Amino acid sequence: MSTIEQFRHDTRAWLEANCPLSMRTGMAEGDVVWGSQNPQFPCEDARLWFERMRDKRWFCPEWPEEYGGAGLSDEQLAVLESEMRRLKCRPPQINLGIWMLGPVLLAYGSEQQKRDLLPPIARGEVRWCQGFSEPNAGSDLASLKMAARDAGDHFVVDGSKIWTSYGDKSDWMYALVRTDFSAPKHEGISLIVLDMRSPGVTPQPIDLISGKSAFCQVFFDAVKVPKSQLIGPLHGGWNLAKYLLQHERKAMSKFGEFSLPSHVDLLALMREYVPAPQTQGEHALHARASACAMNEHAYNLTVQRMGEEARAGDDIGGLMSIMKLVHTEQERDKFEVLLDAMAGHAFGWQSTAFSEQQLSVTRSWLNSYALTISGGSSEVQLNVIAKRVLGLPDARKGVNP
Amino acid sequence: MSLRYSDEQRLLADSARDFLAARSPVGVQRRLRDEAVALGFEPQLWRDAVELGWSAIPFPEAFGGLDFGCKGLGPIFESMGRNLSATPLLSSVVLGGSLVHLAGNSTQQAHWLQAVIGGERRLALAVDERARHDPSRIALEAKVEGQGYRLHGDKFWVVDGLGADAYVVVARTSGQPGDTQGLSLFLVPADTQGLTVSALPLIDSRNSARLQLDRVQVGSEALLGTLDEGWTALETVLDRGRTCLAAELLGMAGQLFETTLEYLKTRVQFDTAIGTFQVLQHRAAQMYIDLALSRSALMAALAALDDPDIDAGVRARLVSLAKWKAGDTAINVANEAVQMHGGIGVTDELDVGLYLKRVRVAQSCLGDRDFHCERYSANA
Repeated sequence: MSTIEQFRHDTRAWLEANCPLSMRTGMAEGDVVWGSQNPQFPCEDARLWFERMRDKRWFCPEWPEEYGGAGLSDEQLAVLESEMRRLKCRPPQINLGIWMLGPVLLAYGSEQQKRDLLPPIARGEVRWCQGFSEPNAGSDLASLKMAARDAGDHFVVDGSKIWTSYGDKSDWMYALVRTDFSAPKHEGISLIVLDMRSPGVTPQPIDLISGKSAFCQVFFDAVKVPKSQLIGPLHGGWNLAKYLLQHERKAMSKFGEFSLPSHVDLLALMREYVPAPQTQGEHALHARASACAMNEHAYNLTVQRMGEEARAGDDIGGLMSIMKLVHTEQERDKFEVLLDAMAGHAFGWQSTAFSEQQLSVTRSWLNSYALTISGGSSEVQLNVIAKRVLGLPDARKGVNP
Repeated sequence: MSLRYSDEQRLLADSARDFLAARSPVGVQRRLRDEAVALGFEPQLWRDAVELGWSAIPFPEAFGGLDFGCKGLGPIFESMGRNLSATPLLSSVVLGGSLVHLAGNSTQQAHWLQAVIGGERRLALAVDERARHDPSRIALEAKVEGQGYRLHGDKFWVVDGLGADAYVVVARTSGQPGDTQGLSLFLVPADTQGLTVSALPLIDSRNSARLQLDRVQVGSEALLGTLDEGWTALETVLDRGRTCLAAELLGMAGQLFETTLEYLKTRVQFDTAIGTFQVLQHRAAQMYIDLALSRSALMAALAALDDPDIDAGVRARLVSLAKWKAGDTAINVANEAVQMHGGIGVTDELDVGLYLKRVRVAQSCLGDRDFHCERYSANA
């Protein structure tokens, strides 16, 4: 048996023996385990699975051993991933530190930073959040203004970050800050990491039109950040941010096959709320619902095709660029039909007059607005497809037909 | 179920693309139209395509086929769409030949299948009686008469009906129009007395015909399959045809999209390429998305055709999804192609108009968007 076949054999046997059966099913939102200083587990099996994978160093299997990884080769990593897929193993934990910050630290961090920051991430001990967007820097991220002023051996950080998921529950943040206000906007940005317990850091959860959310605005009032926590070159943060976002897309494509299915089965709800269409209007509603369901089906097949093409080594860059846009727009289209079908049943808010299912449709519908905006609005996604995939040219400045 | 073409199927796609680009580029379609060629295709092109083995793709080796599976038809039809090439592959092989293969007895198979595969004879399917596709709504009657049957009624829009050697006629032997039970298939040679074929020239300049059957008497050997039980084979074969049309539509849409994208990059107005305008960029991105979704649906439908264990309802859903999405996408892309080309887009000189016309006909053929949307939800 070749070395890699031996590795596959051993990996399969280890997973069979160590991944609890209850960790081999699809997961709901409450089942996600977040690596953190104080991790919470939905059940004992989740804790076991977390601890076993941690001790196997398979949270970050491809990281070098000196930084807490298992030092797997690309080939071994692919085997591990395919074996986990085969058994439908849940991710033992979710952590932005692993998928987002980790690759940047490995590529751009100093030796000291790698030794200090990576091993705790690899043990799932630190929950990271991302500080990118600001109230006046959304789609135009490079216009960010949060200041990190030079104060000798440390920076003094003032400003605020917004749309930080779980800002109130995270231990550390990686953030883009402006270190040079006189340079062109892309050239005065730096990447820093900071302890969320530093004096002057105040996370504040944001209520959305759908109610409570994971999003926070985080305020920074004269927060001291040691200069040793600058990642990469001073004023060179924009390139690191681009590198980090590339890894976000790569990680998302890897997990595309596990992407949470839509919570709303439109055709089943149609059968429930408009069971036997009588009028022309009801027939029209059903036709609209069918079109939505068909588009969703085509999207699901595209997710499947993308996974298959990725495994075959095809270039899936084009497909990856459309997934977020298509999924979030389709979800919103579905709610447009569903709201008309459920009518008054879909407008309840904290009332016993409505079933839990009805209340959840209302909340999910209102939440669907956030999804076409966060993580790059639909319009930004279309720009990306047009420019990067289709190669359409940029508008020249000042041309205004 | 794989949603990619295999290496073998990719080789076939390459050879089909090269063959059609050399032998049947869009200029040929223009000439067939200008010269009003009633046959709608070039016999020599078809003979050479047969030589390449296209007509043998879906049939088992026992009948002289290649046993390559229906999925192998996908790349061919995509290439035909890209080049706007006309061949009787859909009518004679995918529809007519498949019915003889799936429903016929050994005598019928021996008589017709090898001749169809060899390109010596051509079959055409006579199913619809109205402009809108509705294969259960058959009124053309076949009554037992002596040792055989007497067929009476009309057929509308028979693909490649002019010059076919025989027709597979879908007839009602019991029940009412709209019933799937009570349909029977008959193989009727073109020279049968009482059968009249007339041209139905459509905007795509292909071969379309109407059939009139005036008390046509056929022998019992004309019955294809079991009396009253023609529906299952008919649906199977129609699903093959619908999927091939979806592939052709996707090929046309892809070609139109690339042409239009190139135009957006090169056409200068207001001192800049019009492709710099965000309003056009976003519309182009939307077309790209629809093409990607159509591709996934098409691959699933092609795979479903070759899956012997698949439930008929599941197959129906996947095929209708593919035809619906590819048809809808092709229509939108064709409309956008005309609009984005501006004035030149509405001239006959530009090939875009030829594609637009074929897109509309192919989208309507064997069930349009609304038909397949309804069929999808009926099989949910």
